[in-house]
Amino acid sequence: MAPHDDNDGPRPSIRFNNVGQVFTSSDGGVINALDGVSFDIHKHEFIAVIGPSGCGKSTLLRVIAGLVRPTSGRAEIYGLPVTEPREEIGIVFQQPTLLPWLNVEDNITFPMKHKYGRVTLEEKQRAQELLGTVGLRDFAHKRPSELSGGMQQRVGIARALLHDPDILLMDEPFSALDALTRDEMSFELLRIWTERPKTVLFITHSIPEALLLADRILVMSARPGRIREIIDVGLPRPRTLKTLSEPRFHEIANHIRGQVFSHAVLA
Amino acid sequence: MKSPTISAARSSAMRSSPESAGGALLRLLDRGAPVLAALLLLLIWELGCRLLDVPVYLLPPPSAIVEGALAVSPSSWGGHIWATLRVSLLGYALAVMIGIPLAVALANSRLLSRTLYPMLVVVQSTPIVAVAPIIVVVLGAGDAPRIVITFLITFFPIVVSTVTGLMSTPPELLELSRSLGASRWREIRNIQLPFAVPHIFSALRISITLAIIGAVVAEFVAAENGLGFFIAFSTSFFKVPQAFAALAILVTISLILFRLVAMIQKWWFPWSLPKS
Repeated sequence: MAPHDDNDGPRPSIRFNNVGQVFTSSDGGVINALDGVSFDIHKHEFIAVIGPSGCGKSTLLRVIAGLVRPTSGRAEIYGLPVTEPREEIGIVFQQPTLLPWLNVEDNITFPMKHKYGRVTLEEKQRAQELLGTVGLRDFAHKRPSELSGGMQQRVGIARALLHDPDILLMDEPFSALDALTRDEMSFELLRIWTERPKTVLFITHSIPEALLLADRILVMSARPGRIREIIDVGLPRPRTLKTLSEPRFHEIANHIRGQVFSHAVLA
Repeated sequence: MKSPTISAARSSAMRSSPESAGGALLRLLDRGAPVLAALLLLLIWELGCRLLDVPVYLLPPPSAIVEGALAVSPSSWGGHIWATLRVSLLGYALAVMIGIPLAVALANSRLLSRTLYPMLVVVQSTPIVAVAPIIVVVLGAGDAPRIVITFLITFFPIVVSTVTGLMSTPPELLELSRSLGASRWREIRNIQLPFAVPHIFSALRISITLAIIGAVVAEFVAAENGLGFFIAFSTSFFKVPQAFAALAILVTISLILFRLVAMIQKWWFPWSLPKS
């Protein structure tokens, strides 16, 4: 890895510098959620993180979001250590977690309302724009309960994009959706990401999803959570349904499967 | 794939075909069934009392209850109803005003929930009916002891349900709130409290009927008016029919208040109702 004072390349958007996270479980045991994780994410790069349950994927995301302080090492955004939540970040969770008492539009502007107590006209216009981006233009005044799971998660994505963050953190955003909706949402996300390039950290359980979306894939091992391998996907963009049938797609998929399973068997 | 559609079509045809006078009558009977059943019960009650010659002070027939109700002047009824209603609603309001903020404190502080919660359980485990005379002695005459007794009976379910509701907030939303750097107070007001609304209202519905019970219990112990006092007073003179009449009024008040709370939820928080 390049030393810190190397000014040749562009500065990474996100840098994990030997990040470790130790949790004490309720029975007094010590859990190594993350152990010596070092990794750079470049500007507008799409990174997928894959690994077995309990490999600290979500912890990784929460460290960069400033929600969890690492026990050792440090996480940086644009060279500054993350000590608290930062403006540049938008988060999409596994569940859409919309507010059932607000309509779609108000859900999208909720972060601003929540933080500043009011929503400006520009933000409202931006919410309208985003509704178009996520294909929900006609649903601005519907309640979340009137939407399907996939539509709710689109609202979740629009909400995360409202303040136009540089960095988008996504914690298994499509895992609660059915398989068909899930594929559809992956292509939607690719389209949105092409329209509005962002640095994306995408946590997933799905190997095909990771391959379809990411520039690089971080394969992690569990307990302690370590980076097992970093894979350059190298599949051409734009990625389409055709991508799914390319030989390289299956080659990497099988490789990752081998990585994840061999570890699971060992564990 | 074919057969269910056919059978569905057939059954709907069967339902709609006898669109005759008989069908209409059946439908009317079906809609009026609950009322008819109640009327039938009253009729059996009336006839049973008359045929078996049951003494009025043991079980008065409905006609005697109506007579008993009419024997008391409307202004006298009004006074008793107002007294009971006043105590119930004041005790209830106090329980809501103290219970909900207390629940917010309990849900957000581990220290408070560890220290206060056991005390609340002790208070709840104490039979309030047994404490009622003590409260009357301590607080003396007037509405105060009765309001306190009503409060003690109603506020526990409100606290418990509200805490449960506050805790049911999805943790991701709290993370979202923290990632925005929003204040704790905004987190409670904008996220936690609204999420607790369905739980709060189920407690409010239970508690409003408990509030009537509380007021009646308090009036049994010490009062000079109110429906509870009126029942105790009437039965001590074996005026059982008018005691029954007071009971019927209590039930009616309970039902109306219960409906009122449900309607407030429907008007102000329609999203909090389960989808039917």
